[in-house]
Amino acid sequence: MNVTDIIEGCYQLMEGDFTNAGVASSELKSILTKLGVPLDIVRRTAIAAFEAEMNVIIHGVAGTMHYAISETEVKITFTDMGPGIENIELAMKEGYSTAPDWVREMGWGAGMGLPNIKKNTDEMKIDSAVGEGTTLEITIKLRKDGPC
Amino acid sequence: MLTVNDVVKKLGFEIKINGDLDKEVTGCYISDLLSDVMAKSKDGELWITLQTHPNIVAVAVVKGISAIIITNNRDPEPDTAKKAETEKITVLKTGHTTFETAGMIYTLLKSENLL
Repeated sequence: MNVTDIIEGCYQLMEGDFTNAGVASSELKSILTKLGVPLDIVRRTAIAAFEAEMNVIIHGVAGTMHYAISETEVKITFTDMGPGIENIELAMKEGYSTAPDWVREMGWGAGMGLPNIKKNTDEMKIDSAVGEGTTLEITIKLRKDGPC
Repeated sequence: MLTVNDVVKKLGFEIKINGDLDKEVTGCYISDLLSDVMAKSKDGELWITLQTHPNIVAVAVVKGISAIIITNNRDPEPDTAKKAETEKITVLKTGHTTFETAGMIYTLLKSENLL
């Protein structure tokens, strides 16, 4: 692929807006596909982005997803105004979840979101303050060997 | 090559939304846990589920699912149907249970040497 400039975009995310869940990730997936990014990287990015989108929709009150595609990587930043994560280490544990029952009945909230994100990305940073919100920054490398 | 259309014809599932019946079927995954499908399903697989809400379409898009099969005679919610039509995701329906549906698909995929 050939990206000389950084391609950027931003989406609004709202807690409880399950109808539009996945729209941002699907659009990012098609942008990356059109750019000719290898399919396995596109898939990993879409999975991580969708799980992060769901986290904002389930917990985050209101937030944004911002992406920046450069020649070497895709960086996606999720910022929300939610309750924040009390214990990040615990939240990273597979099976741990604070999602309400009705969300679990939909098949979400199984405590797999953050672990799924970690598995599918090259870098993951969580910055969270209780009562203020959470910022999640994920990076997926487009080339193993960095820029030419 | 096995297509969604072949599966529909051979196993008699009802087509609720005709997304892309020519899509190739590579296998099958079963789960009602959406994050599990996100983690484990593979491109081109059929997905058997009881879930009927619109998020199943988004998961199918992201994961490249060839068709969603809803079991136990459940119908996709109106919003799910609308979204599936826009996203061109095939949604099938069957009166069989998830176990029976899995058995039927397993037998078919085995006979097609896809397992």
